[in-house]
Amino acid sequence: MIEINNLTKIFDQFTAIDDLSFTVKEGEVLGFLGPNGAGKSTTMKLITGFLSASNGSIRIDGYDISKNPIEAKALMGYLPEGAPSYGDMTTLEFLNFVAQVRGYRGEEISQRVQHVLDEVELNSVSQQTIETLSKGFKRRVGLAQAIMHDPKVLILDEPTDGLDPNQKHHVRELIKNLARDKIVIISTHILEEVTAVCSRAIIISQGKIVADGTPAELESRSKYHQAVSVRLNENYDLEADLTGIAEVSEVEKDEDDELVFRILANDGKSIFSQVSEVAQAKHWPVTEFHVSRGQLEDVFRTVTQQTQGAE
Amino acid sequence: MGNLAIIFKRELFSYFATPLAYIFIVIFLISNGIFTFDLGGFYARGQADLLPFFSFHPWLYLFMIPAIAMTLWADERKTGTIELLLTLPVRLADAVLGKFLAAWALTGIALLLTFPIWLTVNYLGDPDNGVILAAYIGSWFMAGGFLAIGSCMSACTKNTVIAFILTVSICFLFVIMGSPILLSAFPEWIPQFFVDAFSAMGFLTHFDSIAKGVLDIRDFLFFSVFIAAWLLASAVVIEMKKAN
Repeated sequence: MIEINNLTKIFDQFTAIDDLSFTVKEGEVLGFLGPNGAGKSTTMKLITGFLSASNGSIRIDGYDISKNPIEAKALMGYLPEGAPSYGDMTTLEFLNFVAQVRGYRGEEISQRVQHVLDEVELNSVSQQTIETLSKGFKRRVGLAQAIMHDPKVLILDEPTDGLDPNQKHHVRELIKNLARDKIVIISTHILEEVTAVCSRAIIISQGKIVADGTPAELESRSKYHQAVSVRLNENYDLEADLTGIAEVSEVEKDEDDELVFRILANDGKSIFSQVSEVAQAKHWPVTEFHVSRGQLEDVFRTVTQQTQGAE
Repeated sequence: MGNLAIIFKRELFSYFATPLAYIFIVIFLISNGIFTFDLGGFYARGQADLLPFFSFHPWLYLFMIPAIAMTLWADERKTGTIELLLTLPVRLADAVLGKFLAAWALTGIALLLTFPIWLTVNYLGDPDNGVILAAYIGSWFMAGGFLAIGSCMSACTKNTVIAFILTVSICFLFVIMGSPILLSAFPEWIPQFFVDAFSAMGFLTHFDSIAKGVLDIRDFLFFSVFIAAWLLASAVVIEMKKAN
């Protein structure tokens, strides 16, 4: 379990992390979201003990990162932003080094290294120096070192940044497989990734938590949650027909397509059946008709812009 | 094998994985040859000792050691591997010491490879090999002093060129601190103990006596304490400057 209490980090005059508190339990895959400069990477650097906090505490399975750094670090695997590694070493040499630092000795070293090479599919480049590898491979080398000791806590800073769609898919599958009895924290600005792998998402902005919940919960905060999307084949005044339904809040025209409308619901109530009844009764010239899920992107923009506007 | 040894091995290995170690050793040996035989007048002196060889070492180290030391931490910061290294379950002391010892070992290897000069002097005459051994160890300790300064300067910046220039400048200061020219430049009103203390910090003060075969444990102690102090400073600087 990771317990973070009143975490604050101040650089000179600038408050990067502002009184952050949250807890992550085993089995959770926490997506850490936020605009650039919101403090995602800083939080990860604080959790992994690279930076020390100005205030507050971080406990990994009971070990305080500032008081028992070695014990706490031993529980964590970390992929720093940009997946740095020693470029002049080969993949194999580098992973051997990490295995040794992680405390493996003798036969165990080659067994563990082979295991992670298989896990992230690096066998083909194990003899190449890391600086000659493509971005995707470098990222996988970074992942390989992070999962070397089968850590209880895995912290990944933008793990899929710079990967092609196949590699992204592969890394996501890997994270899902690893996650069962572990804690995984990933930071990302790819929102679809959160829906794909995370069981919980925290959105931070200017060092504060602005939203915390399951991806579905966050999506339901969107004004598009339960909205009915309609495509017509000729222009028609929908709004006039819908005034009778209390649950409908407004009708929005698509920015790009004149004939696409979104009928928004009040407070995420289901309006599909009522709207479809009206559509049939009034013979709307409909070609497409479906309920849209809330959009995480929309929630993200709303909550992060609110805090930025408040400053 | 502790983490210190693992880091030491990785660092030393990485010197030899790139041409750096080989170039360093080759240039070191060639310069030593030129200094000893040409400029030092090894043959002309007609004495069976290695004084001309050792007396050039401070000036040779002044440019060669910063070249090794400059990458110690600056590169780690630049490539971001410092974040990797320091989030592994490794104590900062092990990292600082492991890196320093690897660079020190490299200078030790380069120094050992000057053995043909020792063979030559033994072939030509009958030198005091005890004095030569002491001078070798003294020279290696002095190299350690240069390296420790370099480690700290390298920790100050991401830029290896800046690290190099800073290290050369500070090393130069410590080399000339004990030189008579500098000491005679002090005005009379400065108290003598201050001048003595100043001179005692100079590398030449300690190394000259070692090179001449005057074995004084205090000279070795000086370099040991000097190295320890600069490595401690390195650790403090790394801790302070991690964030940027």
